Amino acid sequence: MYSAPLIFGALAGVISERSGVVNLGIEGMMTVGAFVGAAVGYFSGNAWIGFLAAGIAGAAFALLHAIAAVTFKADQTISGIALNLIGPGLALFLCRLCFSGATMSQPVPHKLPKILGDAQENTVAQNLNLDITVVLALATMLIMWFVLYRTKWGLRIRSVGEHPAAADTLGISVDRTRYICVLVSGMLAGLGGASMTLAVIQQFTPTAISGHGFIALAAVIFGKWTPQGAYGACLLFGFAEALSVFLGLKNVPIPTEVLAMLPYILSIVVLVLFVGRSVAPKADGLPYEKGTR
Amino acid sequence: MDRTVKILKKPITSTIIAILCGFLVAAIVLAVTGYNPGASFGALFNGILGRPKYISNVIIKATPITLTALSVAFAYKVGLFNIGSEGQYIVGAMTANIVGYLCNFPPVIQIPLVVISGMVAGALWGGIVGFLKAKFGIHEVLTSIMLNWIALYLSNLAVQSSVFHQPNTTAAYPVNPSSYTMLLPNWKTSDAGIAFLSQHKLLKEVLLKTDVNFGFLVAIAAAILVWLLLYRSSRGYELRAVGLNRDAAEFAGISVTKNIVLTMLIAGALSGLAASMAITGTNPHRISILSAFENNGFNGLSVAFIAGSSPIGCIFAGLLFGGLLYGGQSIQANIGAPSEIINIMIGTIVFFVALTKVVPALAVRLEKRGMRNAK
Repeated sequence: MYSAPLIFGALAGVISERSGVVNLGIEGMMTVGAFVGAAVGYFSGNAWIGFLAAGIAGAAFALLHAIAAVTFKADQTISGIALNLIGPGLALFLCRLCFSGATMSQPVPHKLPKILGDAQENTVAQNLNLDITVVLALATMLIMWFVLYRTKWGLRIRSVGEHPAAADTLGISVDRTRYICVLVSGMLAGLGGASMTLAVIQQFTPTAISGHGFIALAAVIFGKWTPQGAYGACLLFGFAEALSVFLGLKNVPIPTEVLAMLPYILSIVVLVLFVGRSVAPKADGLPYEKGTR
Repeated sequence: MDRTVKILKKPITSTIIAILCGFLVAAIVLAVTGYNPGASFGALFNGILGRPKYISNVIIKATPITLTALSVAFAYKVGLFNIGSEGQYIVGAMTANIVGYLCNFPPVIQIPLVVISGMVAGALWGGIVGFLKAKFGIHEVLTSIMLNWIALYLSNLAVQSSVFHQPNTTAAYPVNPSSYTMLLPNWKTSDAGIAFLSQHKLLKEVLLKTDVNFGFLVAIAAAILVWLLLYRSSRGYELRAVGLNRDAAEFAGISVTKNIVLTMLIAGALSGLAASMAITGTNPHRISILSAFENNGFNGLSVAFIAGSSPIGCIFAGLLFGGLLYGGQSIQANIGAPSEIINIMIGTIVFFVALTKVVPALAVRLEKRGMRNAK
């Protein structure tokens, strides 16, 4: 359940970087989406409208990154970090404005629904009663996998990420592809942020997202820049976190801090043993100049 | 025209333009949301330069982020993205605190001991990242992020352990006073000291009301050393070569793996140094339980980018950043505008720094056009 925001964030990273634009600003985009989702959800009373608005807001925010990276050919690392600074700042700023000085938004009346409806008495059904965001995240992953690997658009995206010059000679517009991918990336990140504030907790707080964007980024690298890999990585993180909570509840005599460290240590161990080298798309982070090789 | 082109080509021009743009955007945001930009900036500058103690606090606040910025900038010059600076800072602080508490030698031994212990811890933390990258090819961003979180929990573990936990607080025991790197801490609170200072109001305000320490001098020295290493030594030449083109460097016989590990060791040490100076130089001289990152490392990231990854630039960018962070509090206090406007401003500056990399390119185009017209 907690992994849904991560998955959206990781998928956002995958689509952007696959087209050759490093997206370190996932954290910022998620925060913007989280706030917009919570705020619109509160003012409109409908969580779904908030969810959609968050996606749009995330895309709009990502437009900045797209303009910087594609049109201005700026250093994408710096641009992404800049968005990570502006995003939370903007979100908190607007939050104070909209909610008269508070840094937390009012709780949203109705969270996004669970798939089997509220108030399930039966324990089996309750365990299966996932937030709909989990289902949406899975669906998004499958769609992205399909698009990237089984459609011609996916092929174009991947070629732009690996060798933009070759793609250009075939008539594929590198700039337009990258713009679209970054916007989609922003939208997904926004949805991810909203799935935190509209499903997991019911409002926007300053610490709602803190750090999750970076973990999503880690998941992208962990999953070797594939949607299914990133999805698996997020599940691994979620599993490890659940494991540490589980062990904590069982009164195992291990300090809570060690348990909290578990997911991260586990990740490094898994990395060393199983994943090894992960190679980014070849043109990742390199602005494309028409006419260069 | 030539003059303009020449000025435009200088990297510092881009940075200044970026800073101005940042202010401009912040002014627009303030105006749009109903706050007076002029008054806000007035409050900001007043909060930074208005009184000597403000200036002192800005310098004190700038010290750790200047050092962590050096850490990031140094690694970036070698092509490595040291996002793990935050974790290296945390382990450095933890180690410095522990060593400073357990040992109690006279200052001549204690201070170097504590400071170096922090550096060693940071170096080790960075070295893990370097080792994993060199040996297994694992992306340093990934391991750094993981290690940041591990460092956070490790530090909390240490604080909560029975040996170091100060009862009824959420903090550890402070380091022993012999490890302080503050300026004349005992003298200034003694009778003789107070008597002297009441005669000199400026000094009194600065010394008594702020935690003046050697940290910034150390930061400047470190920046110069890093610059010397990078630009005046053969090892630095190798490091920069690895940063510019890893394959070419390898082809030329430079050991990329060794240099990567070395770089992360140094970068980690710098972040650890930042933490050591903060622990020994400022109250409360101890670490406490962290519920979230304190952002010393992450802010260092921004400073490094504003400085264009130049070691000397980090000093000035650190001061700028420290000023904005410290003065930002005055905006909320005096104008009522949310202090997040500072975050927005800082972020915008970094954003425009990224954009204004095109300014030199524009300048070259201008030059070409000028040459064409001159023919």
